[in-house]
Amino acid sequence: MSIAVDRDQTFLDTIARIAEEVAAPNAGEVDRDARFPAETIQALRDERALSAFVPAELGGGGVGLETIAAACFQLGRRCGASAMVFAMHQIEVISIARHLEDAGWFEDYLRAVAAEQRLIASVTSEIGTGGDMSRSVAALTPGSDGLLGFEKQAPTVSYGQYADDLFVTLRRGPDAEPSDQVVALARKEQITLEQTGTWDPLGMRGTCSPGYVVRAEILPEQVLPTPFPRVSAESMVPVSHILWSHLWLGIATDAFDRARAFVRAAAKRNPGEPPPVAVRLSHLMSDLSLLRAEVGSGLDEFVAASAEPGRERLSTMAMALRFNNLKIAASEQAPRVCQGALGVCGIVGFKNDTPFSVGRHLRDTMSACLMVANERIHQTNASLLLIAKDV
Amino acid sequence: MTDEIRKIIQEHGRLPSDIGALPASADLYQAGMTSHASVNVMLALEDHFDVEFPDRMLTRSVFESIASIEAALTELRAEATLR
Repeated sequence: MSIAVDRDQTFLDTIARIAEEVAAPNAGEVDRDARFPAETIQALRDERALSAFVPAELGGGGVGLETIAAACFQLGRRCGASAMVFAMHQIEVISIARHLEDAGWFEDYLRAVAAEQRLIASVTSEIGTGGDMSRSVAALTPGSDGLLGFEKQAPTVSYGQYADDLFVTLRRGPDAEPSDQVVALARKEQITLEQTGTWDPLGMRGTCSPGYVVRAEILPEQVLPTPFPRVSAESMVPVSHILWSHLWLGIATDAFDRARAFVRAAAKRNPGEPPPVAVRLSHLMSDLSLLRAEVGSGLDEFVAASAEPGRERLSTMAMALRFNNLKIAASEQAPRVCQGALGVCGIVGFKNDTPFSVGRHLRDTMSACLMVANERIHQTNASLLLIAKDV
Repeated sequence: MTDEIRKIIQEHGRLPSDIGALPASADLYQAGMTSHASVNVMLALEDHFDVEFPDRMLTRSVFESIASIEAALTELRAEATLR
């Protein structure tokens, strides 16, 4: 076994333990009270999991994207909200780490993420853009002492109140067009958050994602030199869709496991013929297999394209369509599996306090089609399909 | 060819500013061309120059300036001549 494989496996064993021992026993309360999964995030910090993807030479764990994705799956099986917080943080880390291009401030920043296990939240959605992440209203504006200020109206900022730092998309300057975007990394002490709404949603309740007006003043070097459109196409969008779909698969897998446990219990009560509901479980397994195949192949294709020199294929429309379709397919299939599990378990699945409860799973996965709305993605795809050739 | 490209961007790029003022190397996306508008520019270019951009060329960097579009079209035409 190579050192890299060994290191990644050790990391995954640790994540599986945290999922089992910390995330699982708190998942019910996190969901019921819509509270931040603080103990799970602390356990991840204690094991230095927040810097797992940071290159080893910057003090991080240096594990691969496949391993981060597998970790999202493991956490998703035990607590969807914990998995989503972990995934979103990793998306920001990965987006920075893949586009460092000798940006000294950001290298130092990743060292700080590793040393202090800093948690990053993202402020990418914005009121006034119609859900289009490739446009911004808020702009970096030169202020006093050479600092750059901004004020952004964000409809949701997941775990914003609990994050150490914010990853914010903005127009490059006050005169820049909406599509001329950059990414800035603002540190907690530079930020003020004014909460603009409440947080009492259907699912993913532990992500604590109300709206905020985000204000900050930052140094010019806290703006990533690589323009956001490139970061978005080569990293942020595909990695988001890959990590989200892995955790949705995790949630759906646990719903399936609960349905299977229910059928096994029924079979044990009446030995002999398989219970009639066992056939429904078989149908459910087909649905889960489709989800698993799509999620796995999306990851494999991204890893392969990322390994090519210059990563140019990642900027093609064919690849944009590929990862958009991963998101659409996984976000529709995951709640379908959870609903199928409910159909198998019946009333004991519907009740929130049995070993076969799948209400949380169903509600959590119903958020999937909304985080970057599928209809918005379909609009983008419709446009790309006019010109893309081999899709 | 540059003037024809300019005309197509003028008609389909939906730039907030006048294309005539933009140098050939200017970043069209920074000048306000949206992803959606860029698809319309690509379709119009294919139609006008009777070419098809292969998938490897359907990237942001190929369509980010008048100069890069011209380079891509020149390359496609050279390939067509060779065939």
